[in-house]
Order: sequence, then C-alpha cells, then structure tokens
Amino acid sequence: MPCQAQFSAPEASVSSIPESDRMQPAALAKMVAGQAADKPLVLQVGSRLMFEQAHIPGSAYAGAGSQAAGLQMLESKVASVRKNKLIVIYCGCCPWTRCPNVGPAYKRLRELGFTNVKALYIPNNFGDDWVGKGFPVAQGE
Amino acid sequence: MRVLVWGLVVALVCAGGAMGSAEQPSLIGREAPHFVRPDLTGKRIDLAEMRGKVVLLNFWATWCAPCRVELPTFAAWQTSNGQEGLQVIAVSMDDEREPVDKAVARLKMNFPVIMGDAKLGNEYGGVLGLPVTYLIGRDGRIAARYAGETDLKQMESAVKKLLSQR
Repeated sequence: MPCQAQFSAPEASVSSIPESDRMQPAALAKMVAGQAADKPLVLQVGSRLMFEQAHIPGSAYAGAGSQAAGLQMLESKVASVRKNKLIVIYCGCCPWTRCPNVGPAYKRLRELGFTNVKALYIPNNFGDDWVGKGFPVAQGE
Repeated sequence: MRVLVWGLVVALVCAGGAMGSAEQPSLIGREAPHFVRPDLTGKRIDLAEMRGKVVLLNFWATWCAPCRVELPTFAAWQTSNGQEGLQVIAVSMDDEREPVDKAVARLKMNFPVIMGDAKLGNEYGGVLGLPVTYLIGRDGRIAARYAGETDLKQMESAVKKLLSQR
C-alpha cells in the first residue's frame, strides 16, 4: 500500500463534510437492524486491522481513505452501485476531527457522483462510540 | 462471521467464555497478555523476558496524529528512564509495514517496534481507536490503560511511580 499520504495532511478533512451528511450511530444501528429491503451500503474506510477486530455487521472494508490505494479500493467497491444509493462510510480510528480517512473517502464518493453519502459521526473512536454503546458488532474479514 | 451484541460479549467474557470479543472489560490488575514477536530489526521480543521492568506498551499507527505527538516523548522517557528499568514497546496497527519503517527514523523511536494484528489487539481488550497505551508493572500486571489523546504528564507520573516500586 503506498504511503505517500501517511504524514501529509489529508486531502480533505472531516470539516468538509456538511453536518447534514453526518449520521449518528443510533440511526445507523436502527437501519442495520431493520428489515428494510434497501439497506444502506456501509463501508469502513479506515484500518483493516481494526475492521478485523470489530465492525458493523454487513459492512465491508473499503480501504483507508487517507491513502491512494485505499481510495482505489473504495472506487472498486462502489463501481456497480447506483448513484443515489445510500452509502454510509465510517472509520473511528481517531477522534472525529483527527480522522484522516473519512474526509477523503467522502470527497471521492461525491466526486464519483454519489448523491446520498453519509459519514457516521464517531466523536472519539469506534470502541467507545459504537462497540461500547452496545451496538451490534461483527468480527473477522 | 460472528455477529455479537456488546452485552452478550460482556456476559461471555465475565463468564470466562472462550469467544473472542471486540472490546473486553478492563485488563487492569491482570497479567499482561503474553506475546513473542520479532521487532522491525528482526530481534525477538518476548514480553515474559521483560518481567522486572516497567513496560510501556503503546499501540499506534503512522496515520494517527495523536500517536505521532506521543512517540517522541516516549523515546525521551526511554532515554531518561531506561536505566531505571523502563522499556517502551510500540505496536504498530498499520496494515502495511512500509510506512512504519519510515516512521521509526522520523519519530526517533529508540525502542522495539513490532507489527500488531487483530489477534494481539483483541488480547489487549480490543484496540478500536488509537493511541492506546498500557503500563505494565515489574510484576507483569497491567497497571494502567490510556486511550486517545492523553495527558502525558499524568502518564509520566504513573510511569515514575511504577519505576519506584521494586
């Protein structure tokens, strides 16, 4: 995986995500648990190691948004997805304002023409704000 | 794929269940989970061989901004407190090794760096946010856990207190 972005400022920070495109964990948990036929596409855009430890059931790992290779993986994950599909991205590696991954992933999806992209608002980290609050968790690949 | 609910996880862990968990209850006071791993130089790092030292075990990643703030401080502590028995060990939670190699020199890391994985993360209670630091006393038991951006002065006080315990 290329590392040119490892120490550089993310090309887009979470501050570029409008508040209206942030989704609260409880709202996503309700959607994930629901019986709706058209569930959102939920993508983790952070660390693979953290995804393996714990992730949102039904979500897929889509590459680290801070890295070029991660954004390529993200593009491949959504290649056949319709443009108005609800896509929820999340990371939770770091506090929201420090997250290097969500902002670039959100920006790329918007650039690709997706019109219904939400970013899961994780104030502190995935452990505290999802797992620790009792929302459902899956492990493994 | 196992789908778990946190409450169920807690119940299983508390009951001594063998099922892995995403994030487990506190490890404070328990013996630190054992590991043997090569560091980036190929040297064998065996936590059991650290018994008698105070171990600062830091989970970090190159993309983690707060981690990059802490690591030079840990390097300074290693220099100033190494003779007293402090041993810093850094566990990278990066998915790939290449950026870690570059970061070690950049961040002046003068202590062993090993590559972590999901198994090690789970054994240490689930590393689901960075940084996470454990202080392990000379007796091999976990004395403290720090998650997220931490008051390093407070952590340093805890390190010195542990170093004073013979």
